[in-house]
Amino acid sequence: MNNSTQTFKSRYDAIVIGAGHNGLTNAAYLAKGGLDVLVVEKNDYIGGAAVSRELHEGWVYSNCSYVCSLLRQSIHRDLELTRHGLMIVPYSGTTNFSRTGDYIAEYSDHAMQYREIRRHSLRDADASVRYETDLMRYAKLIRHFLLRTPADPTSFKPRDMSEMMFMAKKFAGMGEEQVYEFIRFMTMSAGDFLDEYFENDLVKAMFSTSSIIGTALGVYSPGTAYVLLHHVMGDVDGAVGAWGLARGGMGAISNAIAGALREHGGTIRTSAPVQQIIVRNGRATGVALEGGEEICADIVVSNLDPKRTFTVIMDRNDIPADLRSKAENFKIRGSSGKVNIALTGAPDFPSLPGGHPLRHGSFQFLDSMERMERAYDDWKHGRWSDDPFVEMTQSSMWDPTLAAPGHYFVSCFIQYCPAEVAGGWTPEKRDAFGKTVIDQICNYSPNFRDLIAHMEVRTPHEIENEIGLTEGNIFQGELTIDQLMFNRPFPGYSQYRGPVKGMYMCGSGTHPGGGVSAACGANSAREILRDLKRPNVVPEDDVDE
Amino acid sequence: MPLQATLQPAYAIDHVHMGILPSPFHSRTSRLNLNQQWNEWNGFASAAYYSDAHIEYFSTRNTCGVFDVSPMRKYRFRGADAAAMLDRMVTRDVIAQAVDTVAYNVWCTDAGALVDDGTIFRLAEEEFMLCCADPCYDWFCLSAVGFDAVDITEISEEVAALALQGPTSCALLKAMGFTGIEDCKPFQIMRFAFASGEIMISRTGYTGDLGYELWLPPQDAKQLWDALFDKGALYGIQPLGDESLEMARLEAGFLAPDVDFHGSLHTVQRGHDHSPLELGLGWILNFKKAHFSGRAALLAQKESGNYRRLLKLDIEGNKPAEHSILYADKKCATEIGYITSAMWSPVVKANIAYGLVDAKFFKGPIWAEIYHQKELRWQRKVARCTRVTKAFWSPERARATPPPDC
Repeated sequence: MNNSTQTFKSRYDAIVIGAGHNGLTNAAYLAKGGLDVLVVEKNDYIGGAAVSRELHEGWVYSNCSYVCSLLRQSIHRDLELTRHGLMIVPYSGTTNFSRTGDYIAEYSDHAMQYREIRRHSLRDADASVRYETDLMRYAKLIRHFLLRTPADPTSFKPRDMSEMMFMAKKFAGMGEEQVYEFIRFMTMSAGDFLDEYFENDLVKAMFSTSSIIGTALGVYSPGTAYVLLHHVMGDVDGAVGAWGLARGGMGAISNAIAGALREHGGTIRTSAPVQQIIVRNGRATGVALEGGEEICADIVVSNLDPKRTFTVIMDRNDIPADLRSKAENFKIRGSSGKVNIALTGAPDFPSLPGGHPLRHGSFQFLDSMERMERAYDDWKHGRWSDDPFVEMTQSSMWDPTLAAPGHYFVSCFIQYCPAEVAGGWTPEKRDAFGKTVIDQICNYSPNFRDLIAHMEVRTPHEIENEIGLTEGNIFQGELTIDQLMFNRPFPGYSQYRGPVKGMYMCGSGTHPGGGVSAACGANSAREILRDLKRPNVVPEDDVDE
Repeated sequence: MPLQATLQPAYAIDHVHMGILPSPFHSRTSRLNLNQQWNEWNGFASAAYYSDAHIEYFSTRNTCGVFDVSPMRKYRFRGADAAAMLDRMVTRDVIAQAVDTVAYNVWCTDAGALVDDGTIFRLAEEEFMLCCADPCYDWFCLSAVGFDAVDITEISEEVAALALQGPTSCALLKAMGFTGIEDCKPFQIMRFAFASGEIMISRTGYTGDLGYELWLPPQDAKQLWDALFDKGALYGIQPLGDESLEMARLEAGFLAPDVDFHGSLHTVQRGHDHSPLELGLGWILNFKKAHFSGRAALLAQKESGNYRRLLKLDIEGNKPAEHSILYADKKCATEIGYITSAMWSPVVKANIAYGLVDAKFFKGPIWAEIYHQKELRWQRKVARCTRVTKAFWSPERARATPPPDC
């Protein structure tokens, strides 16, 4: 993956800044469209937040993003990512442990799922059908828009008008009553939404967890109902709501896209941090690397988050003041951390019978939405939660390539963890944050601690420093309605075009947002090729034909 | 014979077993078959799926899966004429086949119509085992005419068999103590001491991935299953049902009898059976060896080029083209063939199928008329089909010796 013997030119048709999966996707489609493309990456490895690294000998860590559901199947198919080494393996079974010693689990089998909820509440088991149906209706609606450029509602261009019509038709297709419900849903809190369906605290806790992931909001904050939807609208092979693992870790996604990019003639240059996007006479002309080297291109695409793009690598004199102010005020708050762990054996969870399939699934430890709200209270006060929400994914129970048989890689996603703490982050504070996570897990798995061979603790501080995501925000900007669709990242900038000619955005700070979908990169490439009057090579989505 | 019938009491008669039969692994498979979903295969219960076909299927591509192949029909051919007799019956060279190897074969009528396909195991110079999906004993006896020194025995119930398929299958067998299995080449046979006697392991399978088939006496079946699942826990082992195996075999480019072809012996309608050439099996027709059944007819057909083609198709969209009719045009005016098998391929992320297309049309455009249901309502679409020449799934590890551990 490193540059080794490669030599690089000083001019390309297009330069993409950042070799995360969206940057690579963008570059792959530009290359497929006939451009001579260079991807520059600050780290000495590619992948951004979709990365696999052997951080402890014998264990491969998927140490940022860890599961996958939104990756557009049509992009996988079109770029032949399987041939380039990608396999998305579905996994199942999330268990949510309660402090009472019991648990509630999610099963892929419908009858088992029903019986499991019924164990806790008969009414909720029945209500879950209504809940799933309503959520599926919204998911089906949103899925139409993932691989499309948002319409500009203020524009009278034929293309925007026709895109608005497309949107209006899809909305109207739901029926008047459902349109009202959907608008209400988009502005609601996940807590209020779930309260309308369910009575049991544990049931609500189980469904609520995906509503705050990566978001600096609590379950009762307006807007979190959409975040919940964002986490259940993906699919694996058409099974909407299912999640998968990339065999070999999430880096397999980036590596496969990089393979497709190279096959189309593109170039990747690592250890090449960009100092600035060069703008001359109101148009982008290339990039200047740290160290002074300049590389020229008529097209410059930033895969960095909007805040970093417009406040760090673009000069304030090159962009409108209004945009600079929008970028500074962009909501991209750090709220989550990661603890990645190498285990020398399978942890014991006494609540689950030996050999039960749930033992291979992922684990959460939450018995009520109130507890989640309390964890959020800590964050508001600038502290990490001392009773944190932990989603523990036992990736290597499903993926034999990550660790030797009997050894396991475990990825823990933690909320909440602030980007800044009083007096600043130190290694001691970071480790204290890590300890709250291990303590939480050990409440349910007494032998967990004894099995740890190595552990990587990452607060927003570490994530920002290593990957460059501002505040370590996993979505490159929060997924609230003021920052979605034609408002993402900012009103007037939702069609991937930057403030100067030749400058574009392709990161998940653009529509449709984070979640390793590759859609942002692909949508952006479609717009660039359009501006260059080249034929479109980006496939249509195949979600609900 | 006296005119009066002799009555036997009912208990003295070996009555036919009512209902479905258990395979030698049934006590184990039935425990894992959570929803008791069974199909019938040669009278035996074969799991449709165990808990989730999608996840079980992926074990053949990601970890390893176990399929109970015991209901397969197995025959022993023994004697000085065994090799010569089989060589006349099947299309490949049996005389030249080395001891301890396996070869995929087909056998045809004199008219070149496919009777069945199966695998021939050369166990010794004068001993073979032949495995096929459906009973074929009568045809074997017919094919042995003129060969006196061959003894054909049905041994289906004497051999229990499991297919262990997937990237960790070799590592698991090594961990179970089958030392040296890593040197077993594709289509090779190895033997090991196991339980009360011997286990035969062949590097064969029906998934197109790295994999093995394990053959042993039925009395040792449970012990094998338990050993596999005990050690296999660390290797991601899953039981495989018919649904997941069906997906894997289609991706691998393998044919299913009575799905992709209709055996000649039970074909009533003219032209509803198939020649191996039509099915893309030209590569196993050995015209250089001595005479075999169907040779002249197949040679003539090959030279004429005038025969239907079973094509591998990649179809636009994601709706499987199950039961679709194929056309030469989007308007569906000219009918040119039909789909035999179709599915969404989870590993390749493509909408794949086999389609049998008339000789005149297989090089031209192909459209599939697909019907699919959305909340009960039927939808129709016409989708463009693209011909694919290679197997949809054919990983390097399936051919590597020694294979990788995962």
